[in-house]
Amino acid sequence: MLIFRRLLAVLLITMACAVPATADDAALRAIIAKFAIAKNFPATEAVVRELAATGDPAVERPLAALADGNLYSRKSDAAVFIGSETGKAVRLSDPLTGAEAGEEPKAAITKIRVNNGLRRTIRDVLGTLTLGSKDPGVRLAAAETMFANPDPEAIAALDAAIEKEAVASVRARLQQARAAAVLQSDLPDADKLAAIEIIAERGDRTALSLLTAYETRAEGPPRDAAADAITTINASLAIWAAAQNVWYGLSLGSVLLLAAIGLAITFGVMGVINMAHGEMVMLGAYTTFVVQNIIRTSFPGLFDWSLAIALPLAFIVAGSVGLAIERGIIRFLYGRPLETLLATWGISLILQQTVRSIFGPTNKEVGNPSWMSGAFQLGELSITWNRLWIMVFSLTVFFLLLFIMKRTPWGLQMRAVTANRRMASSMGIRTPWVDALTFALGSGIAGIAGVALSQIDNVSPNLGQGYIIDSFMVVVFGGVGNLWGTLVGAFSLGVLNKFLEPYVGAVLGKILVLVLIILFIQKRPRGLFALKGRAVEA
Amino acid sequence: MRGRFSSLSKFLSAGAIAAGISLSSPAMAQEDTIKVGVLHSLSGTMAISETTLKDTVLFLIDEQNKKGGVLGKKLEAVVVDPASDWPLFAEKARELLSVNKVAVVFGCWTSVSRKSVLPVFEELNGLLFYPVQYEGEESQRNVFYTGAAPNQQAIPAVDYLMNDEGVERWVLAGTDYVYPQTTNKILQAYLESKGVAKEDIMINYTPFGHSDWQTIVTDIKNFGSAGKKTAVVSTINGDANVPFYKELANQGIKAEDIPVVAFSVGEEELAGLDTGPLVGHLTAWNYFQSVDVPENADFIAKWKEFIKDDKRVTNDPMEATYIGFNMWVKAVEKAGSTDPDAVIDAIIGVSVPNLSGGFSAMMPNHHITKPVLIGEIQADGQMETVWQTSGLVVGDEWSDYLPDSKDLISDWRAPMSCGNFNVATGKCGGKGTN
Repeated sequence: MLIFRRLLAVLLITMACAVPATADDAALRAIIAKFAIAKNFPATEAVVRELAATGDPAVERPLAALADGNLYSRKSDAAVFIGSETGKAVRLSDPLTGAEAGEEPKAAITKIRVNNGLRRTIRDVLGTLTLGSKDPGVRLAAAETMFANPDPEAIAALDAAIEKEAVASVRARLQQARAAAVLQSDLPDADKLAAIEIIAERGDRTALSLLTAYETRAEGPPRDAAADAITTINASLAIWAAAQNVWYGLSLGSVLLLAAIGLAITFGVMGVINMAHGEMVMLGAYTTFVVQNIIRTSFPGLFDWSLAIALPLAFIVAGSVGLAIERGIIRFLYGRPLETLLATWGISLILQQTVRSIFGPTNKEVGNPSWMSGAFQLGELSITWNRLWIMVFSLTVFFLLLFIMKRTPWGLQMRAVTANRRMASSMGIRTPWVDALTFALGSGIAGIAGVALSQIDNVSPNLGQGYIIDSFMVVVFGGVGNLWGTLVGAFSLGVLNKFLEPYVGAVLGKILVLVLIILFIQKRPRGLFALKGRAVEA
Repeated sequence: MRGRFSSLSKFLSAGAIAAGISLSSPAMAQEDTIKVGVLHSLSGTMAISETTLKDTVLFLIDEQNKKGGVLGKKLEAVVVDPASDWPLFAEKARELLSVNKVAVVFGCWTSVSRKSVLPVFEELNGLLFYPVQYEGEESQRNVFYTGAAPNQQAIPAVDYLMNDEGVERWVLAGTDYVYPQTTNKILQAYLESKGVAKEDIMINYTPFGHSDWQTIVTDIKNFGSAGKKTAVVSTINGDANVPFYKELANQGIKAEDIPVVAFSVGEEELAGLDTGPLVGHLTAWNYFQSVDVPENADFIAKWKEFIKDDKRVTNDPMEATYIGFNMWVKAVEKAGSTDPDAVIDAIIGVSVPNLSGGFSAMMPNHHITKPVLIGEIQADGQMETVWQTSGLVVGDEWSDYLPDSKDLISDWRAPMSCGNFNVATGKCGGKGTN
């Protein structure tokens, strides 16, 4: 009944006003209303195409909402709205104007379903529709979409857009999109040769993908031109791929450094074989989880600061657990490496199971703050923000630690105790306290490593186990007791791993690295940078 | 010394009392409970997935006891922890069967743990219900496979990608162990039989818990830029999934361009992830929490009440446990006894409701019938069904696409009673384990 009444009202208004704009509006609404009755994906797709065929830029809003899964139909009257979820209810707004249209409980509306095929269709049709947008960013995105999904029928629209375009970068992209469309069309060879040249100049993966697809179906001179262009692009991409490998290696190295740096103190400087090191990392990651949880429920605005808040807390949590372990257990076991190993291993199991009992065995979600999400393009190098920040962070921690060790009185005492405990003791240094604080420092640093690692790995009770072997590997390889050794060790293992991976695969790559380290240790048992002096004999 | 003495005497007197009771009333001596063994890791790497299944069995036992138990007796759970340690699985299975005398065991997750307990169940004639999707190539008299065989998950998923998404180029990425290796072997043979060229298939294995996915994700991106529609079929297992999906999201690989269809990622795994950037990636299962039927809504409500946590999700292996448990109950009632031989004979043909609005039946090959659903990951960590098989699919234990197993069938009914009957030679005992 309601539908009829609405239709009638719409009809009356249309007749009364008889202004073309309103008529268009009503026609669009009539098409949008069909979303509610489309029973399957092909039916929805037909409606999308019908909407796009109107060529009215106003359809961008409902189509974009549909692609994001935000288009709903009300069960009571089959009216279509854009919705945004707010807890149990959904706030509705008009699909064309975006005006508020009240709130409905979730049960009273149904989401109009989309799948990948539909999202692709919408993206393609939006590409053509948004060419005329006022925002150069949107026009650029439209040109990119049209480049990746060329359509010969869009050439005329692209020509018109190129004519009007004032921004040089967008204009270049539009020309590339036009060239891609030309390759799909049946224009003469001369046009296609020009198009190949434009695409080859772009020289990235998408261009390569287009040209490879074109080469298989082309004939004559354009085919040769495409083949040449593919060779050139491949050659330049090969250089970029090597650069990419170095970056990945450094990035893996920074993760290794971060995981190992705490161990470089507890094992490297103090000589405690600390099997619970990984669990300190895990405690740091769980601290981040707890902090984020509190922020999510109580102070949602602070989310981007969550990591900064978690850092000192993680240091305190892991550091005090470390202090407790040293005071409670390890100090009784100095000079007995085997017992220390077993005791710390036991502690690691206890800590894991404790965390499992408190937080449950499943992974916990730790979100990435916005400044750590996504990637940016440097030439053909795609660099993800989280990896970049982790590298910056691990180097900062490293140099801070180096400063503490070399430039502060505490660092001096630490080194003195390690070099010669009895002498240090007779000089008036309280060696038990130095031991305890050093162990706490190492554990605390493992804790802040956990904050960073929670951004790239899963936060589960097993988090630490994955890093313990790598950490020992780095410290032993770099040279026990030498911080610089840990730095060089971490980065060289990272780069080595990433250069082996493309050739032999991840599994064999890891094995090869281990074998190489074993051979290396045979040759130089003290690692890359061996400590010289009395500490060696102690 | 004294303490020990007194406790010994207490023990003796208790024994005497017990003996007295048992002599005076023999009826009381009979166990008034039926013991149900639960063999899932509660610690170690697999605890993340298996703990939920332990809770599921406890929940199902609780529900069954509310209905009056089985054969007039209450069910009693015996929970052991094999600690993600494969040889320990065999030890604990032996303990359950010979010390605790359980009537049935629900357990195992990884294929290697199942393989390690097989001889124990065979030797002691126990019953094992295995609730996880696996690689097939096995059918054992004492084991009931209620998870999906490859033809109930992997092959329909590939069909969907091929027909509905027009995929021509395939990346088969998996963790380096038996399930992904065998599944990928089957998929490769299947794709080649569908005319996919060798150079259009890329196979990649990574170690357990792999956390640095930069190189592999870049490889996938490059493999996908050869001008043909590309998809990733992921048999990546466990913890490695989170960093994998994070890297995919960060490198900007969208589901519209290169969809990833995963066989080991369910609601539980997604609970540890920000799924916003993953919307549109696919999973293939036989059940989703989002399936909108009354049985499922009822199950979810009761589960949340049992576990006392409104945020807990349900997943496919839980449904498989649910089906297996109900099949066992029905078979015991049909046989009128918990004797393994009687149950093995009675259970074939038993049909129970599944949670996706239909019925699942136990087939003579000890696999079950189930629907196959393809779902897209949603922003709230749930899956939305985008495609499903029109009917039920019968689990095929011996793949038709592997040369070693295409002639084998399994039928545990008399007179054949064989798990690997070779139809080409007409003899029981082809290749493979039993």
